[in-house]
Amino acid sequence: MEITAAQALVRCLEKENIEIIFGIPGAAIAPVYDALYNSKIKHVLVRHEQGAVHAADGYARATGRVGVCMATSGPGATNLVTGIANAYMDSVPMVVITGQVNTERVGTDAFQEVDTTGITIPITKHNFLLKDPAQLGETVKKAFYIASTGRPGPVLIDLPGDVTSSKIKFKYPENVKLRGYKPTYRGHPNMIKEAARLIDKAQRPVIYAGGGILNSSACGELKQLAETIDAPVTNTFMGLSSFPGDHPLYLGMLGLHGTRYANMAITECDLLIALGARFDDRVTGRISAFAPGARIIHIDIDPAEIGKNVKVNLPIVGDVKQILQALLTQVKKTERPEWHRRILELKDNYPMRYSREGGLKPQFIIERLYAETDGDSLVVTDVGQHQMWVAQYYRFKNPRMLISSGGLGTMGFGLPAAVGAQLGIPGQQVILITGDGSFQMTIQELSTVKEQKLPIKIFILNNQKLGMVRQFQQVYYEGRYMAVDFLFHPDFELLARAYGIDGFTIRSEEDAVSMLPGILESPGPALVNCLVYPGENVSPMVPAGRGIDEAIEFAEGENTL
Amino acid sequence: MKHTLSVMVENQPGVLARVAGLFSRRGFNIDSLAVGQTENPAVSRMTIVVEGDDRIVEQVTKQLHKLIDVIKVGDITAEKYVDRELVMVKVNADAGQRGEIMLIADIFRARVIDFGRRTLTLECTGDEGKITAFEESLRPYGIKEMVRTGKVAMLRGTRFTSVENSGLDQDVE
Ligand SMILES: Cc1ncc(C[n+]2csc(CCOP(=O)(O)OP(=O)(O)O)c2C)c(N)n1
Repeated sequence: MEITAAQALVRCLEKENIEIIFGIPGAAIAPVYDALYNSKIKHVLVRHEQGAVHAADGYARATGRVGVCMATSGPGATNLVTGIANAYMDSVPMVVITGQVNTERVGTDAFQEVDTTGITIPITKHNFLLKDPAQLGETVKKAFYIASTGRPGPVLIDLPGDVTSSKIKFKYPENVKLRGYKPTYRGHPNMIKEAARLIDKAQRPVIYAGGGILNSSACGELKQLAETIDAPVTNTFMGLSSFPGDHPLYLGMLGLHGTRYANMAITECDLLIALGARFDDRVTGRISAFAPGARIIHIDIDPAEIGKNVKVNLPIVGDVKQILQALLTQVKKTERPEWHRRILELKDNYPMRYSREGGLKPQFIIERLYAETDGDSLVVTDVGQHQMWVAQYYRFKNPRMLISSGGLGTMGFGLPAAVGAQLGIPGQQVILITGDGSFQMTIQELSTVKEQKLPIKIFILNNQKLGMVRQFQQVYYEGRYMAVDFLFHPDFELLARAYGIDGFTIRSEEDAVSMLPGILESPGPALVNCLVYPGENVSPMVPAGRGIDEAIEFAEGENTL
Repeated sequence: MKHTLSVMVENQPGVLARVAGLFSRRGFNIDSLAVGQTENPAVSRMTIVVEGDDRIVEQVTKQLHKLIDVIKVGDITAEKYVDRELVMVKVNADAGQRGEIMLIADIFRARVIDFGRRTLTLECTGDEGKITAFEESLRPYGIKEMVRTGKVAMLRGTRFTSVENSGLDQDVE
């Protein structure tokens, strides 16, 4: 029996066990929406396509499964672009489906035509413009396969309306063969042996663990390795939650706003074990001063990451979980009391600290949220100072408990990502920590929160500013503050009510202590406007062009407006 | 240093855009790029000459590999290979100069493929050095127009690059 390609697409999605799609319809994608009419796949109608793609992203990060979103041609597709780039930078598995004008109109500047595949080449792992409806099944299979294997990433399928309307025989292949795509999973045995040897020889090893650990579900192996070889662990921002935040071997985050002791440990180590991390410039600071005395072992699934930013002594390409499993059979149980004495000294000399003088401090809110949730919440953030404070002051207990835009730093990611995460794990407490700037970039998704009855707790750390940029201007432009102050804000408590959501305002530490438990326990969504001290800086901070051991801290008087 | 890459790609629309875009957005310098079908119509072969040190060329190679439509990338610079480029030159040639120009053409084994009242159009193939020398020799007469194909290259002897064998240029003797 013949069915339309659109119906076939929906069947393919069902075969992939897709349970949810985020999107907004339009003419070019209409055949697909029509085919969804009879499907058990849930479609979540968001309020802006950027919301759809970030929600699919949040869903994917929370569940580890492929997120799916959908939009029409032209403006629908271009509205997805930021979110696709975001998923690409953070290696999130995603399939993006866009409508396109009819094939005979492609290339004629037709109504709502843009070159979607052209635009998205640099921000997708791969993309397809489907012209032959008979190729639908194979194309969809390839898309899911590419998105979810190797180093994950977004894959886009652009579907002209006449293609999705054509009748085809339904075929969904079990497997696809792509001769140009063969990710390496097993690490080279000799290299693994050599890694074990380097580890045994080292006096002061540090493990530097990134998002690859989470993508490959290697958190257990990471912990086991750290404990076996007795090496301290530092996380990249993307790696946060891959290692227990309260573990004695844990150094916290490294890099630009990392703990000083993590950065100093990197500077002093003689062996750096990089796992699923990419030596991003926000991590390394001045490259020549990064781990200057260390041999470097770099384990990553993407060969192009190896040797891209730093020279490594021992590269191992493959799936970090499999490689760690192999490595664990070869490393000796070790104790390194001297190195730990030094680490403790660094922790004592350079503790994470902030002053509680001068008003309600944003860090205090994060600490209270951590205490109240016992580190068990799934925390979603936006981008800015509040994001860094979450990284510094919320200690993640379990994997995938932080969802945040790392590589692209997309303001507006938070709310829709929280929507996707909550829909992905309905029973999980989800809290969104956002800034007054970021929140207003995708504020429209409050409707989706309400409509989908999602009990997300939203905390705006409201400094009435683009705080991170203000800090930047304080440090690099002698306090010439330009375009960072919001002279008007809506009344967020009232705004919450307009959306039928409970609204609260927290003005002081006392408010925070007394109100947070009730808010967190309430069954529905809540929007909490936290009026924090507006001059606070993220500290420590590695100034541009410096080594990561040269971080500065802001003295009390320097947290100024 | 210049490296010559032999890149086997799926013969798909858009593949040239993917490859060219990769070079421009990552700031790699392409010296020349020539592309065409291979013995297998589903596969095209690009010969790309890229300028850069070993580290850059390693990145180029790895980034090319990441493209799904790229089946195989080989840096043949260090191998024994033959390479050719083709050039067409339209050069000023008054009656008095034609003899000289024909002589130059002869030396380079170039052919006259067209002539106008005051011009000659010549075709020449050879490696990059020869083509450059040919161009230099004609420059004094005034080159009106010139087009070069960019180089294509192939391993010498029985060794060959194909999509079937794994790893680069296996010996099949
Ligand atoms: C879409 C987008 N535009 C601009 C920026 C640049 N930027 C980085 S942080 C920041 C300020 C964020 O302000 P807010 O959300 O209020 O958080 P805060 O830093 O105050 O905690 C800006 C404008 C960005 N990251 N993303």
